[in-house]
Amino acid sequence: MKIFVTAKNIISSLGFTSRENMKAVEMQKTGVTYIDQLQGNAKPFYGAKINWEDVESRFSDFENSSNFTATEKLIILSVKDVISQNEGFDAGSPSTVFIISSTKGNIDLLEPQSFFQFDPKRILLWEMGEVITKYFKNPNKSIVISNACVSGVVAINLGKKLLEEDHYKTAVVVGVDILSSFIVSGFQSFKAISQGVCKPYDIGRDGINLGEACATIVLKKGREDQKGIQVLGGSSSNDANHISGPSRTGEGLFISIQKTLRQGNIKVSEIDYISGHGTATTFNDEMESIAISRAGLSAVPANSLKSYFGHTLGAAGVLESALSIHSLEGNMLIATFNYDRNGVSKPLNIIKKTTKKELKTCLKLAAGFGGSNASVLFQKV
Amino acid sequence: MTNLAIKAFVKIEEGKIYSNGELVYSVEPEIHGREFLKNAYMNLGMNYPKFYKMDELSKLALLCSEVMLRRNPVHEMYESEDISIFVSNSSSSLDSDIKHQESIANVDDFYPSPAVFVYTLPNILIGEIAIKYTIKGEQCFFISEAFDVAFMHTFVQNVLVNGEAEVAIVGWVDYFENTYKAVLYTVEKTTDQFLMNHTLENIKLIF
Repeated sequence: MKIFVTAKNIISSLGFTSRENMKAVEMQKTGVTYIDQLQGNAKPFYGAKINWEDVESRFSDFENSSNFTATEKLIILSVKDVISQNEGFDAGSPSTVFIISSTKGNIDLLEPQSFFQFDPKRILLWEMGEVITKYFKNPNKSIVISNACVSGVVAINLGKKLLEEDHYKTAVVVGVDILSSFIVSGFQSFKAISQGVCKPYDIGRDGINLGEACATIVLKKGREDQKGIQVLGGSSSNDANHISGPSRTGEGLFISIQKTLRQGNIKVSEIDYISGHGTATTFNDEMESIAISRAGLSAVPANSLKSYFGHTLGAAGVLESALSIHSLEGNMLIATFNYDRNGVSKPLNIIKKTTKKELKTCLKLAAGFGGSNASVLFQKV
Repeated sequence: MTNLAIKAFVKIEEGKIYSNGELVYSVEPEIHGREFLKNAYMNLGMNYPKFYKMDELSKLALLCSEVMLRRNPVHEMYESEDISIFVSNSSSSLDSDIKHQESIANVDDFYPSPAVFVYTLPNILIGEIAIKYTIKGEQCFFISEAFDVAFMHTFVQNVLVNGEAEVAIVGWVDYFENTYKAVLYTVEKTTDQFLMNHTLENIKLIF
Protein backbone atom coordinates (compact mmCIF):
# COMPACT_ATOMS: atom_id res chain seq x y z
CA MET A 1 0.00 0.00 0.00
CA LYS A 2 1.35 3.42 -0.90
CA ILE A 3 0.76 6.58 1.09
CA PHE A 4 0.91 9.93 -0.68
CA VAL A 5 1.10 13.57 0.31
CA THR A 6 -1.80 15.13 -1.56
CA ALA A 7 -1.84 18.69 -0.24
CA LYS A 8 0.20 20.96 1.96
CA ASN A 9 0.07 24.35 3.62
CA ILE A 10 2.48 26.54 5.53
CA ILE A 11 1.52 29.65 7.50
CA SER A 12 4.65 31.34 8.83
CA SER A 13 6.60 34.55 8.95
CA LEU A 14 7.15 34.09 5.21
CA GLY A 15 3.62 33.64 3.96
CA PHE A 16 0.25 31.97 4.09
CA THR A 17 0.64 29.15 1.58
CA SER A 18 3.41 26.61 1.08
CA ARG A 19 4.07 28.02 -2.40
CA GLU A 20 4.44 31.54 -1.01
CA ASN A 21 6.85 30.23 1.62
CA MET A 22 8.89 28.30 -0.97
CA LYS A 23 9.14 31.40 -3.18
CA ALA A 24 10.38 33.50 -0.26
CA VAL A 25 12.98 30.89 0.62
CA GLU A 26 14.12 30.62 -3.01
CA MET A 27 14.64 34.39 -2.94
CA GLN A 28 16.74 33.98 0.23
CA LYS A 29 14.31 35.88 2.41
CA THR A 30 14.40 35.17 6.13
CA GLY A 31 11.43 35.61 8.45
CA VAL A 32 13.73 36.19 11.42
CA THR A 33 13.73 39.70 12.89
CA TYR A 34 14.37 41.44 16.18
CA ILE A 35 11.21 41.06 18.26
CA ASP A 36 10.66 43.36 21.20
CA GLN A 37 6.89 43.63 21.43
CA LEU A 38 5.84 40.18 22.51
CA GLN A 39 3.07 40.09 25.13
CA GLY A 40 4.44 39.33 28.59
CA ASN A 41 7.81 39.73 30.25
CA ALA A 42 10.26 37.88 28.01
CA LYS A 43 13.21 39.99 26.91
CA PRO A 44 13.59 41.03 23.23
CA PHE A 45 14.93 38.28 20.98
CA TYR A 46 15.60 37.25 17.38
CA GLY A 47 12.67 35.24 16.08
CA ALA A 48 10.26 34.76 13.20
CA LYS A 49 6.82 36.26 13.73
CA ILE A 50 3.66 35.68 11.77
CA ASN A 51 1.79 38.72 10.43
CA TRP A 52 -1.11 38.63 12.87
CA GLU A 53 -2.99 41.54 11.30
CA ASP A 54 -3.10 39.45 8.17
CA VAL A 55 -4.31 36.42 10.15
CA GLU A 56 -7.08 38.52 11.72
CA SER A 57 -8.24 40.01 8.46
CA ARG A 58 -8.27 36.64 6.68
CA PHE A 59 -10.02 34.94 9.55
CA SER A 60 -12.68 37.54 10.20
CA ASP A 61 -13.66 37.29 6.54
CA PHE A 62 -15.59 34.13 7.36
CA GLU A 63 -15.68 33.69 11.11
CA ASN A 64 -16.09 35.43 14.47
CA SER A 65 -12.51 35.93 15.53
CA SER A 66 -13.21 36.20 19.24
CA ASN A 67 -14.42 32.59 19.45
CA PHE A 68 -11.02 31.14 18.62
CA THR A 69 -7.57 31.40 20.11
CA ALA A 70 -4.56 32.55 18.08
CA THR A 71 -3.35 28.97 17.67
CA GLU A 72 -6.79 27.73 16.64
CA LYS A 73 -7.12 30.48 14.02
CA LEU A 74 -3.86 29.37 12.43
CA ILE A 75 -4.96 25.74 12.35
CA ILE A 76 -8.32 26.61 10.81
CA LEU A 77 -6.75 28.82 8.12
CA SER A 78 -4.13 26.20 7.34
CA VAL A 79 -6.61 23.34 7.05
CA LYS A 80 -8.98 25.48 4.96
CA ASP A 81 -6.14 26.03 2.53
CA VAL A 82 -5.44 22.32 2.08
CA ILE A 83 -9.15 21.64 1.68
CA SER A 84 -9.22 24.13 -1.19
CA GLN A 85 -6.31 22.35 -2.88
CA ASN A 86 -7.63 18.85 -2.60
CA GLU A 87 -10.10 17.58 -5.16
CA GLY A 88 -13.04 16.99 -2.84
CA PHE A 89 -11.68 15.60 0.36
CA ASP A 90 -14.24 15.81 3.10
CA ALA A 91 -12.82 17.07 6.38
CA GLY A 92 -16.06 16.03 8.06
CA SER A 93 -15.95 12.43 6.85
CA PRO A 94 -15.59 9.62 9.42
CA SER A 95 -12.77 8.30 7.27
CA THR A 96 -10.74 11.46 7.82
CA VAL A 97 -8.62 11.76 10.94
CA PHE A 98 -6.94 14.88 12.30
CA ILE A 99 -3.51 14.48 13.88
CA ILE A 100 -2.31 17.59 15.70
CA SER A 101 1.30 18.14 16.69
CA SER A 102 2.04 20.91 19.19
CA THR A 103 4.40 21.40 22.10
CA LYS A 104 2.42 24.08 23.94
CA GLY A 105 -0.81 24.80 22.01
CA ASN A 106 -2.83 27.50 23.77
CA ILE A 107 -0.25 28.10 26.52
CA ASP A 108 -0.55 31.84 25.90
CA LEU A 109 -3.88 31.56 27.74
CA LEU A 110 -1.89 31.39 30.99
CA GLU A 111 -1.15 35.10 30.56
CA PRO A 112 -3.43 37.21 32.83
CA GLN A 113 -4.98 39.19 29.97
CA SER A 114 -6.43 35.98 28.56
CA PHE A 115 -8.13 34.89 31.78
CA PHE A 116 -11.58 36.15 30.87
CA GLN A 117 -11.39 35.60 27.13
CA PHE A 118 -11.50 31.84 27.05
CA ASP A 119 -12.40 28.91 29.26
CA PRO A 120 -9.09 27.85 30.92
CA LYS A 121 -9.90 24.34 29.76
CA ARG A 122 -8.73 25.48 26.30
CA ILE A 123 -5.16 25.20 27.58
CA LEU A 124 -5.61 21.44 27.45
CA LEU A 125 -4.36 20.26 24.07
CA TRP A 126 -7.14 17.70 23.62
CA GLU A 127 -9.69 20.43 24.24
CA MET A 128 -8.05 22.50 21.50
CA GLY A 129 -8.23 19.41 19.31
CA GLU A 130 -11.97 19.18 19.94
CA VAL A 131 -12.47 22.79 18.91
CA ILE A 132 -10.83 21.92 15.59
CA THR A 133 -12.70 18.70 14.86
CA LYS A 134 -15.95 20.40 15.85
CA TYR A 135 -15.21 23.29 13.52
CA PHE A 136 -14.62 20.98 10.57
CA LYS A 137 -17.56 18.78 11.62
CA ASN A 138 -15.28 15.77 11.90
CA PRO A 139 -16.84 12.98 14.01
CA ASN A 140 -13.54 11.48 15.17
CA LYS A 141 -11.43 12.57 18.10
CA SER A 142 -8.29 14.26 16.91
CA ILE A 143 -5.07 12.55 17.88
CA VAL A 144 -2.81 14.99 19.67
CA ILE A 145 0.93 14.48 19.86
CA SER A 146 3.06 16.52 22.22
CA ASN A 147 6.59 15.19 22.00
CA ALA A 148 8.83 18.26 21.90
CA CYS A 149 10.45 19.14 18.60
CA VAL A 150 9.99 15.71 17.03
CA SER A 151 6.20 15.96 17.29
CA GLY A 152 5.71 16.95 13.63
CA VAL A 153 7.72 14.08 12.14
CA VAL A 154 6.15 11.61 14.58
CA ALA A 155 2.71 12.90 13.56
CA ILE A 156 3.44 12.28 9.86
CA ASN A 157 4.67 8.76 10.69
CA LEU A 158 1.50 8.11 12.69
CA GLY A 159 -0.64 9.34 9.80
CA LYS A 160 0.99 6.84 7.47
CA LYS A 161 0.48 4.07 9.99
CA LEU A 162 -3.20 4.81 10.53
CA LEU A 163 -3.85 4.81 6.79
CA GLU A 164 -2.03 1.50 6.41
CA GLU A 165 -4.22 0.04 9.16
CA ASP A 166 -7.16 0.92 6.92
CA HIS A 167 -9.10 2.73 9.61
CA TYR A 168 -9.05 5.97 7.67
CA LYS A 169 -8.70 7.12 4.08
CA THR A 170 -7.28 10.55 4.81
CA ALA A 171 -5.00 11.89 7.53
CA VAL A 172 -4.78 15.64 8.07
CA VAL A 173 -1.50 16.22 9.88
CA VAL A 174 -1.21 19.67 11.44
CA GLY A 175 1.82 21.04 13.28
CA VAL A 176 1.51 24.30 15.19
CA ASP A 177 3.17 26.45 17.83
CA ILE A 178 3.09 30.19 18.44
CA LEU A 179 5.56 32.56 20.07
CA SER A 180 4.78 33.33 23.69
CA SER A 181 6.63 34.79 26.64
CA PHE A 182 6.25 31.36 28.19
CA ILE A 183 8.36 29.73 25.49
CA VAL A 184 10.75 32.62 24.83
CA SER A 185 11.64 33.19 28.49
CA GLY A 186 12.21 29.48 28.91
CA PHE A 187 14.72 29.29 26.08
CA GLN A 188 16.30 32.53 27.28
CA SER A 189 16.88 30.90 30.68
CA PHE A 190 18.81 28.19 28.81
CA LYS A 191 20.78 30.94 27.07
CA ALA A 192 19.92 29.08 23.90
CA ILE A 193 18.88 31.98 21.67
CA SER A 194 21.16 33.48 19.01
CA GLN A 195 22.21 37.16 19.03
CA GLY A 196 21.09 37.48 15.42
CA VAL A 197 19.84 35.30 12.59
CA CYS A 198 20.97 31.79 13.46
CA LYS A 199 23.73 29.95 11.60
CA PRO A 200 22.98 26.24 11.38
CA TYR A 201 26.07 23.97 11.26
CA ASP A 202 28.31 27.04 11.03
CA ILE A 203 31.51 27.55 13.05
CA GLY A 204 30.07 30.80 14.39
CA ARG A 205 26.69 29.41 15.47
CA ASP A 206 25.49 30.71 18.80
CA GLY A 207 22.00 29.40 19.30
CA ILE A 208 18.48 29.18 17.94
CA ASN A 209 15.91 31.54 16.60
CA LEU A 210 12.38 30.80 17.79
CA GLY A 211 9.63 30.91 15.21
CA GLU A 212 5.88 30.48 15.04
CA ALA A 213 4.04 28.61 12.33
CA CYS A 214 1.26 26.27 11.40
CA ALA A 215 1.76 23.69 8.67
CA THR A 216 -0.55 20.99 7.34
CA ILE A 217 0.14 17.92 5.24
CA VAL A 218 -2.63 15.71 3.90
CA LEU A 219 -1.90 12.01 3.52
CA LYS A 220 -3.97 9.60 1.48
CA LYS A 221 -3.73 6.02 0.33
CA GLY A 222 -2.82 5.86 -3.34
CA ARG A 223 -2.81 3.36 -6.17
CA GLU A 224 0.30 1.35 -7.02
CA ASP A 225 0.82 3.28 -10.25
CA GLN A 226 0.07 6.72 -8.81
CA LYS A 227 2.52 9.58 -9.27
CA GLY A 228 3.37 12.07 -6.54
CA ILE A 229 5.19 12.26 -3.23
CA GLN A 230 5.18 9.07 -1.24
CA VAL A 231 5.89 8.62 2.45
CA LEU A 232 8.16 5.58 2.45
CA GLY A 233 8.80 5.09 6.13
CA GLY A 234 9.70 6.68 9.40
CA SER A 235 10.70 5.98 12.98
CA SER A 236 11.47 7.50 16.34
CA SER A 237 13.93 6.70 19.09
CA ASN A 238 15.40 7.90 22.38
CA ASP A 239 19.03 8.68 23.24
CA ALA A 240 18.58 7.39 26.79
CA ASN A 241 21.20 9.91 27.79
CA HIS A 242 20.02 13.40 28.90
CA ILE A 243 16.71 15.22 29.07
CA SER A 244 17.78 18.53 27.57
CA GLY A 245 20.95 17.82 25.62
CA PRO A 246 21.47 15.39 22.74
CA SER A 247 23.69 12.32 22.94
CA ARG A 248 27.32 13.12 22.13
CA THR A 249 27.45 10.08 19.87
CA GLY A 250 24.22 10.87 18.04
CA GLU A 251 22.98 7.51 19.27
CA GLY A 252 19.22 7.98 19.07
CA LEU A 253 19.21 9.83 15.76
CA PHE A 254 21.52 7.22 14.23
CA ILE A 255 19.16 4.45 15.39
CA SER A 256 16.19 6.27 13.88
CA ILE A 257 17.94 6.92 10.56
CA GLN A 258 18.81 3.25 10.19
CA LYS A 259 15.33 2.09 11.13
CA THR A 260 13.74 4.53 8.70
CA LEU A 261 15.96 3.48 5.80
CA ARG A 262 15.24 -0.18 6.55
CA GLN A 263 11.52 0.45 6.75
CA GLY A 264 11.50 2.37 3.48
CA ASN A 265 13.78 -0.21 1.89
CA ILE A 266 16.12 2.58 0.80
CA LYS A 267 19.90 2.37 0.48
CA VAL A 268 22.16 5.16 1.69
CA SER A 269 23.16 5.82 -1.94
CA GLU A 270 19.57 6.58 -2.90
CA ILE A 271 19.17 9.59 -0.61
CA ASP A 272 19.35 12.80 -2.66
CA TYR A 273 18.76 15.37 0.07
CA ILE A 274 18.69 15.58 3.86
CA SER A 275 16.45 18.13 5.52
CA GLY A 276 18.23 18.41 8.83
CA HIS A 277 17.03 19.51 12.24
CA GLY A 278 19.85 22.09 12.38
CA THR A 279 18.74 24.30 15.27
CA ALA A 280 22.13 26.07 15.30
CA THR A 281 22.94 25.20 18.90
CA THR A 282 26.47 24.00 19.52
CA PHE A 283 25.26 20.62 20.69
CA ASN A 284 22.44 19.77 18.30
CA ASP A 285 24.31 20.45 15.08
CA GLU A 286 27.39 18.61 16.32
CA MET A 287 25.29 15.59 17.34
CA GLU A 288 23.49 15.59 14.02
CA SER A 289 26.73 15.60 12.05
CA ILE A 290 27.91 12.58 14.03
CA ALA A 291 24.67 10.68 13.50
CA ILE A 292 24.65 11.48 9.78
CA SER A 293 28.29 10.44 9.49
CA ARG A 294 27.69 7.16 11.34
CA ALA A 295 24.88 6.45 8.91
CA GLY A 296 27.22 6.98 5.95
CA LEU A 297 25.32 10.03 4.72
CA SER A 298 27.93 12.79 5.07
CA ALA A 299 28.16 13.38 1.33
CA VAL A 300 24.45 13.90 0.83
CA PRO A 301 23.43 17.54 0.18
CA ALA A 302 21.91 18.75 3.42
CA ASN A 303 20.42 21.88 4.86
CA SER A 304 18.57 23.33 7.79
CA LEU A 305 15.58 25.58 7.14
CA LYS A 306 15.62 27.14 10.60
CA SER A 307 17.47 30.28 9.58
CA TYR A 308 14.46 31.12 7.36
CA PHE A 309 11.63 30.18 9.73
CA GLY A 310 13.19 29.97 13.15
CA HIS A 311 12.66 26.83 15.21
CA THR A 312 8.91 26.38 15.06
CA LEU A 313 8.84 23.56 17.65
CA GLY A 314 5.65 21.53 17.20
CA ALA A 315 5.21 22.90 13.67
CA ALA A 316 8.82 22.28 12.58
CA GLY A 317 8.51 18.66 11.48
CA VAL A 318 5.46 19.38 9.33
CA LEU A 319 6.59 22.77 8.01
CA GLU A 320 10.05 21.59 7.05
CA SER A 321 8.68 18.39 5.51
CA ALA A 322 6.23 20.44 3.42
CA LEU A 323 9.05 22.64 2.21
CA SER A 324 11.31 19.67 1.52
CA ILE A 325 8.51 18.21 -0.58
CA HIS A 326 8.50 21.45 -2.60
CA SER A 327 12.23 20.88 -3.08
CA LEU A 328 11.57 17.41 -4.46
CA GLU A 329 8.73 18.60 -6.67
CA GLY A 330 10.73 21.54 -8.04
CA ASN A 331 14.09 19.73 -8.14
CA MET A 332 15.55 22.53 -6.06
CA LEU A 333 18.16 22.21 -3.32
CA ILE A 334 17.62 25.12 -0.93
CA ALA A 335 20.64 26.90 0.55
CA THR A 336 21.13 26.98 4.31
CA PHE A 337 20.61 30.68 4.87
CA ASN A 338 23.39 32.39 6.84
CA TYR A 339 25.71 29.38 6.68
CA ASP A 340 29.26 30.15 5.69
CA ARG A 341 31.86 27.79 7.16
CA ASN A 342 31.74 24.26 8.51
CA GLY A 343 31.47 24.13 12.28
CA VAL A 344 30.94 20.45 13.05
CA SER A 345 33.50 17.72 13.66
CA LYS A 346 32.07 15.44 10.96
CA PRO A 347 31.67 17.85 8.04
CA LEU A 348 28.37 17.69 6.20
CA ASN A 349 27.68 18.57 2.58
CA ILE A 350 25.80 21.75 3.49
CA ILE A 351 23.96 23.37 0.59
CA LYS A 352 25.39 26.88 0.34
CA LYS A 353 23.72 28.05 -2.81
CA THR A 354 20.20 27.26 -4.00
CA THR A 355 20.70 24.90 -6.93
CA LYS A 356 18.56 23.07 -9.43
CA LYS A 357 19.16 19.32 -9.22
CA GLU A 358 17.23 16.20 -10.08
CA LEU A 359 15.86 15.03 -6.73
CA LYS A 360 13.88 11.92 -5.88
CA THR A 361 14.35 10.91 -2.24
CA CYS A 362 14.54 13.09 0.87
CA LEU A 363 15.30 12.17 4.47
CA LYS A 364 13.88 14.54 7.10
CA LEU A 365 15.45 14.51 10.55
CA ALA A 366 14.25 15.78 13.92
CA ALA A 367 15.52 15.78 17.48
CA GLY A 368 14.04 17.18 20.67
CA PHE A 369 14.10 17.63 24.41
CA GLY A 370 13.64 14.43 26.34
CA GLY A 371 16.26 12.72 24.19
CA SER A 372 13.73 12.19 21.41
CA ASN A 373 14.66 11.67 17.76
CA ALA A 374 12.64 10.97 14.64
CA SER A 375 13.01 10.72 10.88
CA VAL A 376 10.84 10.24 7.80
CA LEU A 377 11.51 9.41 4.14
CA PHE A 378 9.75 11.10 1.22
CA GLN A 379 10.08 9.92 -2.36
CA LYS A 380 8.88 11.43 -5.62
CA VAL A 381 7.44 8.78 -7.94
CA MET B 1 0.69 -19.61 18.37
CA THR B 2 2.15 -16.20 19.11
CA ASN B 3 0.03 -13.77 21.04
CA LEU B 4 0.59 -10.34 22.42
CA ALA B 5 0.43 -10.44 26.20
CA ILE B 6 0.42 -8.06 29.12
CA LYS B 7 2.75 -9.60 31.68
CA ALA B 8 2.88 -6.68 34.10
CA PHE B 9 0.68 -3.73 34.93
CA VAL B 10 0.93 -1.12 37.66
CA LYS B 11 -1.56 1.46 38.86
CA ILE B 12 -0.84 4.40 41.13
CA GLU B 13 -3.73 6.44 42.42
CA GLU B 14 -4.92 8.10 45.66
CA GLY B 15 -1.93 7.10 47.71
CA LYS B 16 -1.95 3.49 46.56
CA ILE B 17 0.33 1.44 44.34
CA TYR B 18 -0.95 -1.80 42.76
CA SER B 19 1.30 -4.25 40.98
CA ASN B 20 -0.53 -6.77 38.78
CA GLY B 21 -3.65 -5.94 40.75
CA GLU B 22 -2.06 -6.50 44.15
CA LEU B 23 -1.76 -3.60 46.63
CA VAL B 24 1.96 -3.19 47.32
CA TYR B 25 2.10 0.23 48.97
CA SER B 26 -0.33 2.66 50.50
CA VAL B 27 -0.40 5.81 52.61
CA GLU B 28 -3.15 7.83 54.22
CA PRO B 29 -5.18 9.45 51.41
CA GLU B 30 -4.89 12.95 52.95
CA ILE B 31 -1.18 13.03 52.31
CA HIS B 32 -0.23 15.44 49.52
CA GLY B 33 0.86 13.98 46.18
CA ARG B 34 4.31 15.47 46.59
CA GLU B 35 4.78 13.73 49.96
CA PHE B 36 3.35 10.49 48.64
CA LEU B 37 5.85 10.41 45.76
CA LYS B 38 8.77 11.03 48.11
CA ASN B 39 7.58 8.39 50.57
CA ALA B 40 6.96 5.82 47.87
CA TYR B 41 10.43 6.43 46.44
CA MET B 42 12.02 5.82 49.84
CA ASN B 43 9.86 2.81 50.50
CA LEU B 44 11.00 1.29 47.20
CA GLY B 45 14.64 1.83 48.09
CA MET B 46 15.32 3.12 44.62
CA ASN B 47 18.67 4.84 45.23
CA TYR B 48 18.47 7.15 42.21
CA PRO B 49 19.40 10.74 43.21
CA LYS B 50 18.22 12.18 39.84
CA PHE B 51 14.70 11.54 41.19
CA TYR B 52 14.89 14.62 43.39
CA LYS B 53 15.55 16.93 40.43
CA MET B 54 12.42 15.77 38.59
CA ASP B 55 9.06 17.41 38.63
CA GLU B 56 6.12 15.52 40.13
CA LEU B 57 4.94 14.19 36.76
CA SER B 58 8.29 12.56 36.02
CA LYS B 59 8.60 11.27 39.59
CA LEU B 60 5.22 9.59 39.20
CA ALA B 61 6.31 8.04 35.91
CA LEU B 62 9.56 6.73 37.40
CA LEU B 63 7.84 5.14 40.38
CA CYS B 64 5.29 3.46 38.17
CA SER B 65 8.00 2.17 35.81
CA GLU B 66 10.16 0.93 38.65
CA VAL B 67 7.40 -1.15 40.19
CA MET B 68 6.41 -2.51 36.78
CA LEU B 69 9.93 -3.35 35.68
CA ARG B 70 10.63 -5.11 38.95
CA ARG B 71 7.68 -7.32 38.10
CA ASN B 72 8.65 -7.76 34.44
CA PRO B 73 12.23 -6.61 33.76
CA VAL B 74 11.85 -6.15 29.98
CA HIS B 75 14.74 -3.66 30.02
CA GLU B 76 17.02 -6.58 30.89
CA MET B 77 15.42 -9.05 28.50
CA TYR B 78 15.31 -7.08 25.25
CA GLU B 79 17.75 -4.95 23.23
CA SER B 80 17.40 -1.30 24.21
CA GLU B 81 16.42 -0.18 20.70
CA ASP B 82 13.67 -2.80 20.56
CA ILE B 83 11.88 -1.43 23.63
CA SER B 84 9.26 1.24 22.90
CA ILE B 85 7.46 3.68 25.19
CA PHE B 86 4.01 5.17 24.47
CA VAL B 87 2.42 7.30 27.16
CA SER B 88 -0.51 9.70 27.23
CA ASN B 89 -2.23 12.06 29.64
CA SER B 90 -4.78 14.85 29.79
CA SER B 91 -3.00 17.73 31.47
CA SER B 92 0.28 17.51 29.56
CA SER B 93 2.90 19.20 31.78
CA LEU B 94 0.48 21.74 33.24
CA ASP B 95 1.73 21.26 36.80
CA SER B 96 5.20 22.46 35.76
CA ASP B 97 3.79 24.93 33.23
CA ILE B 98 2.12 26.84 36.04
CA LYS B 99 5.37 26.94 38.02
CA HIS B 100 7.22 28.31 35.00
CA GLN B 101 4.46 30.86 34.35
CA GLU B 102 4.71 32.02 37.98
CA SER B 103 8.43 32.60 37.51
CA ILE B 104 7.81 34.98 34.59
CA ALA B 105 4.57 36.65 35.67
CA ASN B 106 6.10 39.56 37.49
CA VAL B 107 8.67 41.74 35.77
CA ASP B 108 10.05 42.72 39.20
CA ASP B 109 10.30 39.14 40.39
CA PHE B 110 11.46 37.40 37.23
CA TYR B 111 13.25 34.08 37.72
CA PRO B 112 12.73 31.56 34.86
CA SER B 113 15.07 28.61 35.22
CA PRO B 114 16.13 25.75 32.92
CA ALA B 115 15.51 23.31 35.78
CA VAL B 116 11.78 24.12 35.73
CA PHE B 117 11.39 24.97 32.04
CA VAL B 118 12.73 21.63 30.83
CA TYR B 119 9.80 19.90 32.54
CA THR B 120 7.25 21.98 30.63
CA LEU B 121 7.09 19.21 28.04
CA PRO B 122 5.16 16.02 28.84
CA ASN B 123 7.49 13.72 26.89
CA ILE B 124 10.31 14.49 29.32
CA LEU B 125 8.89 11.72 31.49
CA ILE B 126 9.56 9.30 28.63
CA GLY B 127 13.12 10.61 28.55
CA GLU B 128 13.50 10.01 32.29
CA ILE B 129 12.28 6.41 31.93
CA ALA B 130 14.55 5.89 28.92
CA ILE B 131 17.58 7.21 30.80
CA LYS B 132 17.08 5.16 33.95
CA TYR B 133 16.46 1.87 32.19
CA THR B 134 18.45 2.51 28.97
CA ILE B 135 15.57 2.33 26.51
CA LYS B 136 16.17 3.58 22.97
CA GLY B 137 13.27 2.43 20.82
CA GLU B 138 10.14 4.03 19.35
CA GLN B 139 8.47 6.58 21.58
CA CYS B 140 5.61 9.02 21.57
CA PHE B 141 3.57 11.14 23.98
CA PHE B 142 -0.13 11.66 23.26
CA ILE B 143 -2.63 14.03 24.84
CA SER B 144 -6.23 12.91 25.29
CA GLU B 145 -9.10 13.51 27.68
CA ALA B 146 -8.94 9.91 28.95
CA PHE B 147 -6.78 6.94 28.01
CA ASP B 148 -7.85 6.02 24.50
CA VAL B 149 -8.07 2.25 24.83
CA ALA B 150 -9.09 1.52 21.25
CA PHE B 151 -6.44 3.74 19.71
CA MET B 152 -3.57 2.58 21.94
CA HIS B 153 -4.53 -1.04 21.46
CA THR B 154 -4.48 -0.76 17.66
CA PHE B 155 -1.39 1.40 17.61
CA VAL B 156 0.70 -0.83 19.89
CA GLN B 157 -0.46 -3.94 18.08
CA ASN B 158 0.65 -2.40 14.78
CA VAL B 159 4.07 -1.42 16.14
CA LEU B 160 4.78 -4.89 17.54
CA VAL B 161 3.33 -6.91 14.66
CA ASN B 162 5.32 -4.81 12.17
CA GLY B 163 8.47 -5.50 14.14
CA GLU B 164 9.12 -1.84 14.88
CA ALA B 165 9.61 -2.88 18.50
CA GLU B 166 9.71 -6.17 20.41
CA VAL B 167 8.08 -4.86 23.56
CA ALA B 168 6.06 -1.78 24.42
CA ILE B 169 5.71 0.08 27.68
CA VAL B 170 2.30 1.71 27.44
CA GLY B 171 0.06 3.80 29.61
CA TRP B 172 -1.15 6.97 31.23
CA VAL B 173 0.71 9.28 33.61
CA ASP B 174 -1.07 12.39 34.80
CA TYR B 175 -0.21 14.70 37.67
CA PHE B 176 -1.85 18.04 38.29
CA GLU B 177 -1.72 19.85 41.63
CA ASN B 178 -2.80 17.18 44.04
CA THR B 179 -4.55 14.83 41.65
CA TYR B 180 -2.59 12.03 40.07
CA LYS B 181 -3.05 8.74 38.28
CA ALA B 182 -0.53 6.51 36.56
CA VAL B 183 -1.08 3.22 34.82
CA LEU B 184 1.70 1.49 32.92
CA TYR B 185 1.71 -1.97 31.36
CA THR B 186 4.02 -4.01 29.15
CA VAL B 187 2.99 -5.62 25.87
CA GLU B 188 5.15 -8.29 24.18
CA LYS B 189 4.91 -11.41 22.05
CA THR B 190 4.53 -14.65 23.94
CA THR B 191 3.70 -18.29 23.28
CA ASP B 192 2.62 -18.78 26.87
CA GLN B 193 -1.06 -19.69 27.19
CA PHE B 194 -1.89 -18.59 30.70
CA LEU B 195 -1.28 -14.87 30.59
CA MET B 196 -3.34 -11.76 30.19
CA ASN B 197 -3.74 -11.16 26.47
CA HIS B 198 -3.45 -7.73 24.91
CA THR B 199 -7.17 -7.07 24.42
CA LEU B 200 -9.45 -4.07 24.77
CA GLU B 201 -11.24 -5.68 27.72
CA ASN B 202 -8.04 -6.41 29.60
CA ILE B 203 -6.71 -2.91 29.10
CA LYS B 204 -9.98 -1.51 30.48
CA LEU B 205 -9.63 -3.82 33.49
CA ILE B 206 -6.13 -2.55 34.21
CA PHE B 207 -7.35 1.03 34.35
